Amino acid sequence: MTRDKINGRRLVGLFLLGMLLFNFPLLYLFNRPVLALGIPVLYLYLFASWSLIIFLMLMVSRSRSDTPFPDQSE
Amino acid sequence: MLATETVIFVSLCYIGVLFAMAYYGDKRADIGRSIISNPYIYALSLAVYCTAWTFYGSVGRAASAGPAFLTIYLGPTLMATLGWLVLKKIIRISKIHRITSIADFIGSRYGKSMTLGGVVTVIAVLGIIPYISLQLKAISSSFLLIHQYPSLEPLSSPGSIGIWSDTTFYVALFLAVFATLFGTRSLEATERHEGLVAAIALESMVKLVAFLAVGTFVTFFLYNGFADLSQKAMETPEIRRLMTLTGDAGTFSSWFAHIFLSMMAIVFLPRQFQVMVVENVNEAHLNKAIWLFPLYLMAINLFVLPVAFAGMVSFGASGLDADMFVLILPMANKQLFLTLLVFIGGMSAATGMVIVETVALSTMICNDLVMPVLLHMPSLKLAQREDLSSILLSIRRLSIILVLLMGYAYFHYAGEYYTLVSIGLTSFAAVAQFAPALLIGIFWKGGTRTGALMGLVAGFSIWFYTLFLPSLAGAGLIPQDFLEHGPFGIALLKPFELFGLDVFDRITHAVFWSMLANLGCYVAGSLFSKPSAMEHTQAAMFVDVYRYVGRVHDSSIWRGTAYLPDLVSMLERFLGRDRTEAALSTYAMEYGINWDQSLTRDPGLVNHIEKLLAGAIGSASARVMVASVVKEEPLGIEEVMDILNETRQAIIYSRELERASAELRAANQRLQELDRLKDEFISTVSHELRTPLTAIRSLAEILHDYPDTTLDRQREFSSIIIRETQRLTRLITQVLDFHKLESGRMRWAITSVDLKDVIQEAVSATGQLVADKRIQMQIFLPDSSRPIAGDRDQLIQAMVNLISNAVKFCDPDRGRIDIRLEYGVDRQTVSVSDNGIGISEADQKQIFNKFQQVVDPSRGRPPGTGLGLSITRQIIQHHKGELKVKSTPGKGATFYFSLPYQSISASPAR
Repeated sequence: MTRDKINGRRLVGLFLLGMLLFNFPLLYLFNRPVLALGIPVLYLYLFASWSLIIFLMLMVSRSRSDTPFPDQSE
Repeated sequence: MLATETVIFVSLCYIGVLFAMAYYGDKRADIGRSIISNPYIYALSLAVYCTAWTFYGSVGRAASAGPAFLTIYLGPTLMATLGWLVLKKIIRISKIHRITSIADFIGSRYGKSMTLGGVVTVIAVLGIIPYISLQLKAISSSFLLIHQYPSLEPLSSPGSIGIWSDTTFYVALFLAVFATLFGTRSLEATERHEGLVAAIALESMVKLVAFLAVGTFVTFFLYNGFADLSQKAMETPEIRRLMTLTGDAGTFSSWFAHIFLSMMAIVFLPRQFQVMVVENVNEAHLNKAIWLFPLYLMAINLFVLPVAFAGMVSFGASGLDADMFVLILPMANKQLFLTLLVFIGGMSAATGMVIVETVALSTMICNDLVMPVLLHMPSLKLAQREDLSSILLSIRRLSIILVLLMGYAYFHYAGEYYTLVSIGLTSFAAVAQFAPALLIGIFWKGGTRTGALMGLVAGFSIWFYTLFLPSLAGAGLIPQDFLEHGPFGIALLKPFELFGLDVFDRITHAVFWSMLANLGCYVAGSLFSKPSAMEHTQAAMFVDVYRYVGRVHDSSIWRGTAYLPDLVSMLERFLGRDRTEAALSTYAMEYGINWDQSLTRDPGLVNHIEKLLAGAIGSASARVMVASVVKEEPLGIEEVMDILNETRQAIIYSRELERASAELRAANQRLQELDRLKDEFISTVSHELRTPLTAIRSLAEILHDYPDTTLDRQREFSSIIIRETQRLTRLITQVLDFHKLESGRMRWAITSVDLKDVIQEAVSATGQLVADKRIQMQIFLPDSSRPIAGDRDQLIQAMVNLISNAVKFCDPDRGRIDIRLEYGVDRQTVSVSDNGIGISEADQKQIFNKFQQVVDPSRGRPPGTGLGLSITRQIIQHHKGELKVKSTPGKGATFYFSLPYQSISASPAR
């Protein structure tokens, strides 16, 4: 299997992770009007998992030799 | 009071900067040094997704439904993770087929269908109108509000003032001019606008900076950070409610539906398709953009909740529109500069969207709606007109103005009754209708034109009925009764509770029914309709796009003839002389076109010209244009069979190749085996030669060095020397015989031979050998004598070989050999049996091969060259017989052969 395909699968995995994090029932756990670190807890949770997904995407596309979109036009 | 002139002056200055940016971008593109060709600009241009809805509406949404506003940005993030799978494929397909819009894409996928392209265009235009009215509403509201600076009063309803005194109308006109100037300056073969993208990227920077500035001001200057603000919010139950998912938008189903809608919108909104796919310079940019773009979305949403909290704390009860909190907060605190910055930021968000959206829509209207219709009107003789590019440009300019006026009309009659977000979601639900036809269409070849058409029409009808019509009813254009009791009082058909489904909010309800109808019709229609040849080709080219890379020219199924001058002049009419020349010369260099010949049958060239044209007027129109010039021969069943036949021939040929190569492989293996055997043979023969030679030499040395040895000893030694010499002679004779037999140079002396005689001769020749080993030999011969024709000496040699072979393998203690001759009807059979170790079944097949010896692990390699049996077999074969063996391991072996009575010819063998 080429690195291309591996990274493609990693991204699909990230999609599934995102679907899980951004949906019920995990969302329900934080759906209460309390503050954590002075921030509404649901808001904190959403932004934290959002950052996680973005960070993981950065990591996947960072591994240079195995970019999911090989440069071919230039 | 902020003078209107000041606001307009600042706005004009900003727009001047944008124009400069666009001009610079175009200039750089012309000299081939693109400024937009990097992933950062690409990601920023994708951020045209963030419109006035994001800039103003998110805060309004947060102030009424809490975190639900985030769904609109989480969806695109999820879609970005699928970028590798979905977006890359869409981009690749579009680049190869020179696709210029989403209508073009869908039409092209389903056999370059004009109908489908037209339907998609209608859906897109009607679906986007509410969205454009949203931008108009935001710009005019912010303008009217900033106009009051620093006093704050709820805005009067724009519906109450006439069109000519309505600011929004002038905003719409202004935007139309603006978009026309930006988007339709010239007709590009690729429909790419580098300057436009550069300006959009700049606008994305401005709106982000403006929002972050107001967010920082509110959070850290008006309050002591987000914690302080949250603390204040906790004190009011009204605001505390916003920390959790509440209301209609807070249910699981609507949360999910909104994420789904935004996932679809990020690809299918015409402007997103434009910047993401059409304006994409390099596929590799997607690599960085898939995380940069979500990062942008997160950054611009960071301060939405704080601003909403602050707005609610200060103005929650004032009756001011929560959608305008972003502007109201700096105004109320008399921050003139920040107020202007926010106003410019909001204008950036709105104008960016309007420009790209109208440019994208105008391309669709022109290429997929107007042109096909015009081309089909023979009375216009459009196909024969000179210089069509100016007509195309005017159509586009008119389309932009039309779209904006429709947007204004929607705003004027309906828009004011709804919040920014609910208007936007209506548009999202409309473009989501493209999802089945496009997303499934690029992975499933079975999707057909009929299915796509049915799905789109069904989905769009339900969207129209459940979202668009009610929005008009809300504005009083249609009786309110329609909403509350359903049409003609039929409760089951109530637009918000279709068939009695009343568990969802309006958007979710509409999404559910429309997607159900769309997907159902698409799949069912595809399964029960027959695609045409064109649809088959296009489906395969789209789904297997990665496989066709680099050989698009070969994959077209096209037969016909065309006059080159016709084709070229048609291209010149749309693209202009210079661009046509440039485009064709590259192709000519690559594939070598003979310009002198006027008639061409080259499908690759015609295909290339059609693609060039498709870049300017869309694939469906391009097809019509090319068809008008080219004398196309319909692809009959014979041609299709021919093509199939060619393919079949190729397959057969490749199978033959495979078989031949397998044979070669086997032959090679045999050669290697023979080589190995030959090596073994040489080592065996040299060993066999060396043993007697060593004996002879040492005995001769003894005789030479010790002349006083007794006579008896001398006699004994010399007899051994003689015997060993004979053995050597035999060995060499054997090798020579074998060589002769192998090369077919053996001379056969055919005479009348009695096998009885032959056997007796052989037995007496081997008598000493048998006696030495104390083996009992029994010979069974018939009484009569029936001679055959054959070479006596060779037959004796064969028998000697068989007997010495039997001796070699006989039981060492009580050896026994039986030799039989039997006369049959037409053959006589000779057999030689021993009671030795026998030969295993596997070895029985091998022993007749030259050089092959049966190696017994306990007794080691037998003496001899391994040629005996092979020679014997060849002699027997020459006499029209077959040497065979039967044996049970441990119980001895029997070699036998039978020879016919008929005489054989005296000619040399082989």
